[in-house]
Amino acid sequence: MKTITLAHGNGGQENNELISKVFYKAFKNDILDKSEDAAVIEDGNLAFSTDSFTVSPLFFNGADIGKLAICGTCNDLAMMGAKPKYLTCSVIIEEGFDKRTLDKIVKSMKEELEVNGAIIVSGDTKVVPRGSVDKIFINTTGIGEIQYKGISSNNITSEDTILVSRDIGAHGATIFASREGIDMNTNLKSDCASLYPQVKALIDADLKITALRDATRGGVSAVLNEWAKQSNICIEVEEASIPISDEVTGICELLGFEAMALANEGTFVLAIKNEDAQKALEILKQTNETASIIGSVSAEHLGKVVLNSAWGTKRFLELPTGELLPRIC
Amino acid sequence: MSQLKLKDLYDGFRDPETIKAFKKIIEEDAKKLEKPINIMEVCGGHTHTIMKYGIPQLLPSNINFIHGPGCPVCIMPKERIDHAYILSMQEDVILVTLGDMIKVPGSNGSLQDARSKGADVRFVYSPMDCIKIANENPNKKVIFFAIGFETTTPMTAALLDVVIKQDIKNIYFHINHVTVPEVMKELIDSRDEHVDSYNHQIDAFLGPSHVSVISGSKIYEEFPRDYNKPVVVAGFEPVDVMQSILMIIKQFIENRCELEIEYKRLVSYEGNIKAQELINKYFKKSSLFKWRGLGNIKDSGLKLRDEYLTYDAEHIYKDILPIGEIEDHKLCICGDILRGMATPPECTIFGTACKPSTPIGSCMVSSEGACAAYYKYGNLL
Ligand code: SF4
Ligand code: SF4
Repeated sequence: MKTITLAHGNGGQENNELISKVFYKAFKNDILDKSEDAAVIEDGNLAFSTDSFTVSPLFFNGADIGKLAICGTCNDLAMMGAKPKYLTCSVIIEEGFDKRTLDKIVKSMKEELEVNGAIIVSGDTKVVPRGSVDKIFINTTGIGEIQYKGISSNNITSEDTILVSRDIGAHGATIFASREGIDMNTNLKSDCASLYPQVKALIDADLKITALRDATRGGVSAVLNEWAKQSNICIEVEEASIPISDEVTGICELLGFEAMALANEGTFVLAIKNEDAQKALEILKQTNETASIIGSVSAEHLGKVVLNSAWGTKRFLELPTGELLPRIC
Repeated sequence: MSQLKLKDLYDGFRDPETIKAFKKIIEEDAKKLEKPINIMEVCGGHTHTIMKYGIPQLLPSNINFIHGPGCPVCIMPKERIDHAYILSMQEDVILVTLGDMIKVPGSNGSLQDARSKGADVRFVYSPMDCIKIANENPNKKVIFFAIGFETTTPMTAALLDVVIKQDIKNIYFHINHVTVPEVMKELIDSRDEHVDSYNHQIDAFLGPSHVSVISGSKIYEEFPRDYNKPVVVAGFEPVDVMQSILMIIKQFIENRCELEIEYKRLVSYEGNIKAQELINKYFKKSSLFKWRGLGNIKDSGLKLRDEYLTYDAEHIYKDILPIGEIEDHKLCICGDILRGMATPPECTIFGTACKPSTPIGSCMVSSEGACAAYYKYGNLL
């Protein structure tokens, strides 16, 4: 890699390479090496995470960059079984940015903080000359109190069942559709949402959770591949049980994408002990009817994800590579 | 578009029961074949479907696929990509193209690399989007790097039509449109010194339906007639592919050799006459077009007619665009793959030095290329 291209930010293979060859190499330590959604610190009592948000357009069906910036960091904390508590917020704004738009973004941040019961305790603002950033970039960093210890994507075994919390790909599809002015049915809407309430319900029900991860850039496909590698297992997914809405399938058809690789902002993957899978499903269904059990763990092809079709064929589900680009025809 | 339910496009054509039923019939019928048949899918879209849905796993061992010349991205030679790269590096140019094209490596790098060096490279879903870009950037020259088979040519022609009618001054074209029948003929006709005429390996063709929606099925007429190779124009869903295979098998057991259409829902014999007229108005055959891995193929390219030279970026920038030929990477066997003589895993750098994230040949770049399909979906059989 001589220069950084957009592909290096895709949440897939190139992104992993960039992170491991540049950042992990330089910053190496035990906590970082676990590469979980949030760092677990202070004897397993606190979770700590950061994320930056850039999105175009800033407002889209279902959410906006403000809501995204809060959900993103809070969800990373929730994925370690932590209740989001304190956030910092740092904003880089392009000169000439409309003040009313900024108010709208901040208002939506405030609303989403309330859903999580978290507060912003420190912040920073920079304004840079026109052209130095694309309108507005927001960084949020958060600390959460761990409610359920031991969640880790390094511990998945054949005693676990794999679930998703709702139908997948809605965020990615919405962004593509709005960017490209594809006049789709209006029900295509980002899934952007705070996940802590659902995680809390699972914890309160006393279920044995092994791993949680929100399927952001790189989608469900990236999560499953990372898990398969981190836990050195084979994850077998039944293609027919993956919940995908008609609208998302439609966009994928049109542009040649795979829903499994599309980004989500309020959908998580869950590995839970087999005996608790059914109960977990019931709890998830209370928030979203489309929650499903999608797979199991085997020893077939270690480190790989295998997709079983409904007509008896198998194939690997690879990490997405490259920048997501539409096919030619 | 909002009225069209996208679901209608694929619903039913991925039905597991239908696919399993086809598998059964194919297994039965294939027993009646006297010899194995090798079916070449001409188009990368089919390669992709075949790999993605695991079709080979459903077929008996006497039915094989040979992957064909693939997709416009796969066959784009480095020379042309260098043109795009050089054009994109001009101060006042916005280079516009379609999807995957921006990932293909030229000798200086890909358009993606050009973009990370500051060039203004954009991809669009429809060539018509160039108009908006041109309006928003009146001081820039928008060059549309046009690629694609018969499928995408009418869209380029339609763009030129609007540019002329609305007298838009800052849109230019770099034309790389190619046609399918010529390359099919080349694959049958040509001989290789090392391999004892590989043409004998191809027994039948799957024709891409996208192409025939525009050009009609008639463009394949000569293959059953003059070359004794059946052609079935097939859709891209797994049910389409299974049904098309069955149609080919039936032809062999019934001793027929015909041109048939599986994808009747959109393809006719004549195709879209309006689109064909538009193409003829603006384009003519260019005598030669170099296909990556396949070399120069007679009459396989299109170029703008002389009347429209003022819109031709290749003409306008001829002083800075190189004309020499460039060799491909020594180890890359894309050429053999595109000819149907080799499969991707036979390439010594497949999956090691050459991966979708660091492609060496274009078969690995395009998401519809054979190497990318093999890499992505693996081969569990
Ligand atoms: S562009 Fe589409 S129709 Fe043409 S070869 Fe590629 S996939 Fe096939
Ligand atoms: S693996 Fe790469 S180098 Fe080898 S034939 Fe395919 S594209 Fe060419």
